[in-house]
Amino acid sequence: MRHTISIAIMLSIIWLINSGHYSPLFLVFGAVSVAFVIWFAHRMDVIDDESQPIHLSAELPLYYGWLIKKIVVANIDVARRAWQVKPSISPSIQNIPVSQKTDMGRVIFANSINLTPGTLSVELNNEQVLVHSLTYEAMQELVEGEMGRRVSKIE
Amino acid sequence: MALFIDIISGVCLLIGSFLIFSGALGVLRFPDFYTRMHAAGVTETLAASLILIGLMLIAGWGLVLAKLILILLFILLTSPTASHALGKAAWKAGLKPAGTTENSDHR
Repeated sequence: MRHTISIAIMLSIIWLINSGHYSPLFLVFGAVSVAFVIWFAHRMDVIDDESQPIHLSAELPLYYGWLIKKIVVANIDVARRAWQVKPSISPSIQNIPVSQKTDMGRVIFANSINLTPGTLSVELNNEQVLVHSLTYEAMQELVEGEMGRRVSKIE
Repeated sequence: MALFIDIISGVCLLIGSFLIFSGALGVLRFPDFYTRMHAAGVTETLAASLILIGLMLIAGWGLVLAKLILILLFILLTSPTASHALGKAAWKAGLKPAGTTENSDHR
């Protein structure tokens, strides 16, 4: 039930932002569309912890704060290397162990790796993720595992 | 105050554009597919965010601001998935990364 309410709120917000028409007729149309989508989602059986991870909402902002800092630093690093006369890159590819227990945790971990320029998750399974990195240092940072630990803490 | 916000917005847009240019430069200069994807990552994360934040600052309170936030959220949610799909497709197709260092223990 909590998930249904959550998806209803999300869909309503998206409808309200994208519509811009707030006459009663359009609001009824919007409500009907939201109801239809919820009905479809129910029939497809996709309203659960995976599509509506509300159990994560408390810890997620803190993690994102940390991740944004990481992303900014990584962006500057990659942009700097693009401008170097002879780009000082040392591409590496390596399997990084995945310590997260849930699918959601593993997806957040792989997405975080992808969001950080300079590291790219190529293949993900339950035990490890194959990562390609622009520099050896970026890979060492992942091997050291602070990002993995932080994701494990919030999942 | 309005001037102050305009200046901040201009700075955001300028840095964002510069980063997009850097990303494009990286795509052209880096040696192979995987390293080029890292350069493209610059344009879709910080550069896109800065440009959208710059636009948000001059948009004022209203529907436009909400839509810009929505665009930013969707970019940040979809771009890592897209780059993963791209990287995985290249890997599955047998494209080996060029010039990887010794520590590589891939298969």
